[in-house]
Amino acid sequence: MGYESSVPLFWRLIKPRYQLIGNKCTTCGNTFYPPKFLCPICRKEGKLEEIKLGKTGKILTFSIVRSAPTGFEKETPYPVAIIELDDGPRLTSQIVDWKEEDLQIGRKVEACFRRIYTDGKEGIINYGLKFRPI
Amino acid sequence: MIGIIGYGGYIPRFRIKVEEIASVWSADAKSIKSGLNIEEKSVPSIDEDTATIAVEAALNALKMAGINPKEIGAIYVGSESHPYAVKPTSTIVGEAIGVGPEYTAADTEFACKAGTAGIQMVMGLIQGGYIKFGLAIGADTSQSKPGDALEYTAAAGGAAYILGKNGVIAEIEGTFSFSSDTPDFWRREGIEYPSHGGRFTGIPAYFKHVVSATQGLMSKLSLKESDFDYVVFHMPNGKFPLNAAKILGIDAEKLKPGLVVQRIGNTYSGSSMLGLAATLDIAKPGQRILVTSYGSGAGSDSFSIKVTDLIEEKRNKTKKIQDYIDDKEYVTYAHYTRLRRGI
Ligand SMILES: [Zn+2]
Repeated sequence: MGYESSVPLFWRLIKPRYQLIGNKCTTCGNTFYPPKFLCPICRKEGKLEEIKLGKTGKILTFSIVRSAPTGFEKETPYPVAIIELDDGPRLTSQIVDWKEEDLQIGRKVEACFRRIYTDGKEGIINYGLKFRPI
Repeated sequence: MIGIIGYGGYIPRFRIKVEEIASVWSADAKSIKSGLNIEEKSVPSIDEDTATIAVEAALNALKMAGINPKEIGAIYVGSESHPYAVKPTSTIVGEAIGVGPEYTAADTEFACKAGTAGIQMVMGLIQGGYIKFGLAIGADTSQSKPGDALEYTAAAGGAAYILGKNGVIAEIEGTFSFSSDTPDFWRREGIEYPSHGGRFTGIPAYFKHVVSATQGLMSKLSLKESDFDYVVFHMPNGKFPLNAAKILGIDAEKLKPGLVVQRIGNTYSGSSMLGLAATLDIAKPGQRILVTSYGSGAGSDSFSIKVTDLIEEKRNKTKKIQDYIDDKEYVTYAHYTRLRRGI
């Protein structure tokens, strides 16, 4: 998942991470999350605009993490899923407040605000969005 | 008229029953349950803290208020469990709900009444014409020493209130506070769990302040007990608020809709504010609600709140407190320990 504990990088990503801000190419109509610098379809012809994406989507695929990377050991087992937002873009996120029966392809989920990663006892607390079944 | 234009709460899904905690300490669950008048308490997930609870509650309040978050000019988050010792929770909330950057913000601390102090600060800024809308939140993930009596009640949750002059669903008719230096409950910097004065937390602390602030409010506004349809007092357990009502000659029935403590425990800074939210969820236009918070150390803020016609259409825009109370999953003591130690 590549969560960086570097403070400047974390800070630059706060807005898209906290509020699900992506962008939309007004030339081809595609939406992107995280926001892209250039439309991958229209390239130079594309015109990108910032948009706030809706918080709901569905699970496309998932897997349960039982042996977690450093910093996430205390949370195991936890599901990580590829989610397709109702607004189009796909993203990878942890699923929270889940029961066994929630882990199904097509299950409706919504974004919620959680701690993502804590940089030890003295470092910064990284917050962001995870998804819960609705 | 200054009042609430939107409110919202949040309660984590996990619950632990009094029986489950009592069995670990070979304590008598029955006598604890009747002594505290509580069944179970909420437990935050491993990735939830005061900031995440405050954000979820604020998003619900914003949905009900139906305003552009950029119009919010102040955010105060009251808690005794802010995630950072130095670095505000309030700016995390602001960024997450789309406020700013042109706003003032601060975290407030006053044991369990830091949230209602925030409401008073926002009222002042609006009254003075400095801001159009302001957001006050009370949220906590309270800590208790394993085996301590507090372990049965120390819970997690929060509520958020957006105040303003337009689109008011409940007018704040007035507020009155009563404070004194009373060491009934404290936690020194760097110490993990709070200490408390045992029985000393009752008569000279909770009851003196709650009763005095409530009486002060009523005499200031020339109102009497019978003028209020509902009453909310801070809920360290299910007994104290009912006893305070008895002292004041208030019918216990009036406390019922807001007595959320029995199902979710004491949510500290969230307690009286969640009780008010649960009461607003069912109140009718024209009804009057009395709310008195309590914070150890010690002080109480009392408010008289009158529900307007607008509440009917606005309150259905967001999740009710009862929805959060009903959506739950029980955990064992072992799971509970793992969740609490994780942070
Ligand atoms: Zn394009």
